[in-house]
Formats: sequence, C-alpha cells, structure tokens
Amino acid sequence: MGLRAYVVRRVLQLIVTFWAFFTILFVLFRMMPGDPTSMFIMDGMTPEQREQRIAELGLNEPLHVQYVEYARQLLRGDFGQSFIYRDPVIDIIAVRFMNTIVLMGTALLFAYLIGITFGAIMGWWRDSRFERGGIIVTLVARSSPEFWVGIVLLSVFVFWLGWFPSSGMRTTGGELGGNFAARYGSVDFLRHLFLPALTGAIAYLATPTLLMRSTMLDVLNADFIEIKKAEGLPERTVLFKHAARNSVLPLVTVMAIATGSAMGGSVVIETVFNWPGMGREMVNAVNNNDYPLAMAAFFLMGSVVIIMNFVADLAYVYLDPRVEYE
Amino acid sequence: MSTERTSPTDRTETDGGTLEFIRSKLEIFEGDRLGQIGLGILCSFILIGIFARPYTIDFLNLTIPGLAPHDPAERAVGGRLESPSGAHPLGTTHMGRDVLSQLIAGTRVTLIVGSLAAFMAVFIGTNVGLISAYFGGWVDDVLMRITDIVYGVPFLPFAIVLVAILGSSIVNIIVAIVLILWRSTARVIRAQVLSHKQRPYVESAQAIGASHTRIMYRHILPNVLPLTFLYAAFAVAWAVIAEASLSFLGFGDPNMLSWGEMIYNVYTANAIREAWWWVFPPGICIMLFVMSVFFIGRTLEKEVNPELQHQ
Repeated sequence: MGLRAYVVRRVLQLIVTFWAFFTILFVLFRMMPGDPTSMFIMDGMTPEQREQRIAELGLNEPLHVQYVEYARQLLRGDFGQSFIYRDPVIDIIAVRFMNTIVLMGTALLFAYLIGITFGAIMGWWRDSRFERGGIIVTLVARSSPEFWVGIVLLSVFVFWLGWFPSSGMRTTGGELGGNFAARYGSVDFLRHLFLPALTGAIAYLATPTLLMRSTMLDVLNADFIEIKKAEGLPERTVLFKHAARNSVLPLVTVMAIATGSAMGGSVVIETVFNWPGMGREMVNAVNNNDYPLAMAAFFLMGSVVIIMNFVADLAYVYLDPRVEYE
Repeated sequence: MSTERTSPTDRTETDGGTLEFIRSKLEIFEGDRLGQIGLGILCSFILIGIFARPYTIDFLNLTIPGLAPHDPAERAVGGRLESPSGAHPLGTTHMGRDVLSQLIAGTRVTLIVGSLAAFMAVFIGTNVGLISAYFGGWVDDVLMRITDIVYGVPFLPFAIVLVAILGSSIVNIIVAIVLILWRSTARVIRAQVLSHKQRPYVESAQAIGASHTRIMYRHILPNVLPLTFLYAAFAVAWAVIAEASLSFLGFGDPNMLSWGEMIYNVYTANAIREAWWWVFPPGICIMLFVMSVFFIGRTLEKEVNPELQHQ
C-alpha cells in the first residue's frame, strides 16, 4: 500500500471513529436519569409549561429523529442551549475550551521537555546511581493521581510558602484583556497557571521519560554513535545532537495517548485548582443534569483525542521512512 | 511433536504442588530490590484489607477483632477536626470520625476495585487480542476498529458520564473502568499472538488436527500469559487511580468509603488548609499502593522482555 492509499484509508477510519463516538455520546446522554426539565420545576413550572419546554427541546420526538437532528446540529457547530446558564453552549464552551488547551498544552510541553532531557541522560548514564534514582522518581510521579499531586503542590507552595495564588485563572477584579496575548500573557495569569501546569507535567512526565530512556538504549548500541565518538566529538554533542535526536521519534506516537490522558486529567486538575476550563465545567454540568453543556464538553474532549491519534499516525509515517503501511 | 513447547501449566503438574509453582514464580523477584519492596507493600495492604473490620464467627461464638479501632462511619468518636493524638493517631474529621479507621476500611475498596477491574479488563483484552490475531481477516478488522474507537473515548470523562447514568455504586464504577481499560491489553496481546501464529509449534498443532479453541487457549495462550500478567499489573494501577479520581470528583460509592472519597470529603468540608492529617494519609496510601504495583510490573517486564535486563 502506498502512502496515498494509507492516508485515504486512515481518513475513512477517522470518519467512522467520529461517527461511532458520536453515537456512543448520543446513547449515553439519552440514558441520563432525570429529565432536563427537572431543573426548572423548582422555578414553579406548571405541567403544561413543562410539556411545552420538552417539545421545544425536541425531546418528545422519536429517538431516530432526535439522532439525525442532533447530528445535523453538531455539523453546524450548534451544541444547543445550556439549561443552567440559558446561553448557547458554544459561547460558554469556546472560552472554557481555550482555557483547557492553554493549561494542558503547557503541562504537556513541560512534561515532554523534562521527560526528553531526563530520559536521554538516564539512557546515556546507564547503570549509574542517577539512572536508578531517576527511575524511582519517575515511577513515584506516575503512581500519584493528578489530584494528589495538585493537593501536595497546593499545600506546599500556597498554604505553607504562600508563593502562588490558590485557585482560579486570574485575580478577581484583574484586568481582562481583549486579545489572546493580553489574556494569556499577563504575569497574573502565569502565576495562576504555574501550579496546575506543573501538576499536569509531573503526572504525564513518566511516559516520555521512560520511553526516551529505552529508545536511547537502542540507539546507543548503533554503530554511528561509536563513529561519532571515534571522531572525537565532545560527549555532550554526541548525546544531544546525535543520540537524542534519533530517539525522539517513538515519542510522537505516545503524544496522542498523552493528550488523551491530559483531557481526562484536565477534569481533575481543573477541579483542584478551580480552573475555569472544560473539564470542571463538564463535572458541574453532569451534576446539574445540564446535558447540552456536558455533551459538548465530552464531544470536544473526544474530538481532541481522536484527531491527535490521527495526526500521530500520519506524523509517524511521514517522519520515519522505514515504516511500512500495513 | 518435538517443536511443541510445554506450557507452564504442564510443567507444574509434573513438578508437583502449587507451592512449588508459586516459589518458582517468586524467583524472578530475586535480586530485584524494587520488586521486593513492591511485593512487600502490596502484601501489607492485602492483609490490612482482609482484617480491616471485625469478623464474627457465630457458631464458635468468636469475634476476630478488626484492625480499625473505631467504626469508620461512627460520628463524634472524638472532637471535631482534632489533630493526631494517642486516642486518634491520625486525628478526626469534621464530623468527629476517626481518620485512621476510615483509612484502614478504605483499603478494601481499593483492593476490590483494583483486582476485579483489572481481572475483567485483562480477561476481555486478552480474548479480543487472541481471537483477533488468530483468525485475522474481517474478524481482526472488526475487533481492531472497535479497539480504535475505544481509544478515541477519553477515559475519565466517559467514566463520569457512565457512573452518573448508572448510579454511584462500586459495581458501576468497575464496569465504567473495565469498558475502557481492556483496550491496551487487546492491542498488545494481538501483536504478540501475531508473532506466535507463525511459529512451528502452532503449525504442528494444526497439522495434527487440533481445534481452533485448543490451539488458541492451550498452545498460544500460555506463551502470551506473562505479558497478560504484566498488563494486569498496569490495569490494577490505572483502575485504582481511576476509582480514586472518580471518588475525588464526588462520584464514589456513598456506601463504601474509599481513599479518594476521603479526600473529596476534606475538600467539601473546606478543611484542606488546616486538616493535613486528614488529607495526606489517604493520598499517600493511594500513591504507595499504585507504586507497589508499578514496581512489581517492572520486575514482570524484565521477565517478559529480557532485553531490558541489565547486561
């Protein structure tokens, strides 16, 4: 199979996956207990008004009609209206989505930077005390659930040392900048970002570190490393320029898996730090039976994971000419 | 059939004794410090879990005392938010409940979720991988596309939604975890079986007319079993972390207090800043438990993949 055929096949697969994911989403949320109007009953809604509301939402239609209608809405980027906020879901979720991407993107970036460096050095100094200690540290980091890392950081750096603000994304009453740079570039924002991003970085550090270490071990056995050493290049040059660069490739594939766990992790980390992101919004929405909002959040998280899987597969065949398309 | 390998199960039957079998399995921990530490921690947790609460044997009129000094749910056994003292080594909660007792009782939930979820996930994953690789063709295609789809579903958000639908009980939490967790085992076992399928021992079994089921479960499975155990260890770790995260978010079983739920309670009681004795012990326990499983996993990994062993 050539590259073109592979890409076509992979795109078809992407579409099927999306459709299946959408169907799971639809079935799950139609099974949800408590109907969406239960939140309004407290407002003194009469049974007639309730019927009317259900009709408005299209919930009295047969299921297959609802399914097609919902699919059509999604394709238009219309997620419906939030029951709680009474605003279009898309307006609420778009901001939250950006906040989550900024937070988890930073966390993953840190995790990969630290993991690659650390893993490369661990592979280079094989059997050293540094390597053994490094493995233990990595395994301990991997063993800690995100919320636990968050709580420890919170206790040490906020409650004890008082270096960072405890929660939220910016100090209340702080300037809300209009453009992207002003929103996400201010010192106040970065101070709020640091701890939650560090939490994510610690939680996701293990996979790149251990993988980098083991591919380094493979690469270091290769002949060209011996040649580079024989050429008399300084150790640092051989390590970072030749060995490490050739070990980075497999990390591309686990990037997709890392993004997947980061999407799940955002739920927990955002709850610990009160970060106004998609994950925390989803937990609140589920607790409040706010289906449209919860569905949209879930859909976006799944989409990120599915698309990242797709990108990782394509990047891999593009980056490594030796890969055969199965 | 000289090329046919004897499966591990055959070996035990000839060597005799389950004890001997266990001992031969434990040999891989020899000279592996981390693995031994992991095994030690895990065994301690299992013992604590078993003897957490008192047992009453009616016909002997005997009560075996539990390790937990108080009923974990009993209110006001001490003052509110008392810091650690002789009477309450880990202090009390905002309701005056004994933290140490809650911690000991919580071990059970972790053990139940960890073992059951991991067993079910690995059971499904191994079967999917085995069937997929052995039969190939459209069977493989269908099963692997399903696996791909499951890979597209974010784990924790899915578990949250499912538990919200089915209700917060320990069974539903396990189901939610298993529905996602089997995917990694399926992929890995499939790859391994694909390589075994080509080997002479499978061909010879086919030549003497062994049935598909027999070849799959009697000949191939024993050879991929070490890998299955490795993924079972990982599955225990992920299941425990997932349960803790779900409970921390408030979706835990209200009738079975787990470590994650304890931390959720600290959070909702707004006591995280002052009550360090209430926050830290459950967190440390989760970490230690998962760590022990990863340490054991590392030892198994060396066994499965000898290249990792230090030369």
